[in-house]
Amino acid sequence: MKNFLLNTVISDIAPQVTESLFRTSGKIYVVVGILTIIFTLITIYLIRLDAKITKLEKASK
Amino acid sequence: MAKIPYKWYKILAVLLLGYTLIYGLLIPLPTDVGMLDETIRNLFYHVPMWFGMMIILMAAWIYSILYLQNQNPKHEIIARALTFTGILMGLCGLFTGMFWGYNTWGSPWTNDPKLNGVAVGMTMYAGYWLIQKSVDDGEKKARLASVYNIFIFPLFIALIFVMPKLAKFSIHPGSGESVNFKTYNKTNNMEMVFYPAIIGWTLFFVWIAEIRARYEILKQRKENEELFA
Repeated sequence: MKNFLLNTVISDIAPQVTESLFRTSGKIYVVVGILTIIFTLITIYLIRLDAKITKLEKASK
Repeated sequence: MAKIPYKWYKILAVLLLGYTLIYGLLIPLPTDVGMLDETIRNLFYHVPMWFGMMIILMAAWIYSILYLQNQNPKHEIIARALTFTGILMGLCGLFTGMFWGYNTWGSPWTNDPKLNGVAVGMTMYAGYWLIQKSVDDGEKKARLASVYNIFIFPLFIALIFVMPKLAKFSIHPGSGESVNFKTYNKTNNMEMVFYPAIIGWTLFFVWIAEIRARYEILKQRKENEELFA
């Protein structure tokens, strides 16, 4: 019974969510993770650059 | 002065971009986008480059007008930083567009009015760069570059925005008789990522322009100190 319900629910949702090859394997989350890492590092780099310039600005005043 | 006295816009940029990068890849798509298929997600990455470029170049245009009005050298530096950052965004849009086009239209460069307009526009901005690099006299250079910038920005907008809209045929969405947002079925919620993506990318590049302008102002100040020391 439980299985039957679950199957019905999945077959209701499935066509909308995972029709394409893009996400069926779940590997898309690997790409999302990698993009997140790259973006985080770029952001940290920019914040540090910003801080360095602020320091220089304070020193030259 | 060049430092924008608000921290929140940087935080907002990072938050919106994080949302764009993650949710832009995961969001369910409309089913009737044809051959674009999953690459329609580029709407969140390729298209905001052009929107952001136009916004940033318009800011540069305003700063160029301000410079001619009050001769404040800081305004020229800000205009220059914004222009170069805008062009960087444009180049990102151009290369991502070539890659996207190669994979969907089958060729990196098609005879599309938008592409031809961009080619001419980029050449005009190469002229701006040329002025910055080739005139020695600081004030003369600043004035020349500002006047030139004031002329080319409206032309550039006409070339990449107005002309393709007037064109009979274009394979770019939103121009000629081709598709736009409204033609896709309404089950999509791509607008939910698209607009935050534009704001996020633009603010992120404004941040980069801000850092560049502050660096240039520091450099200028140091040179002046050496001159009068």
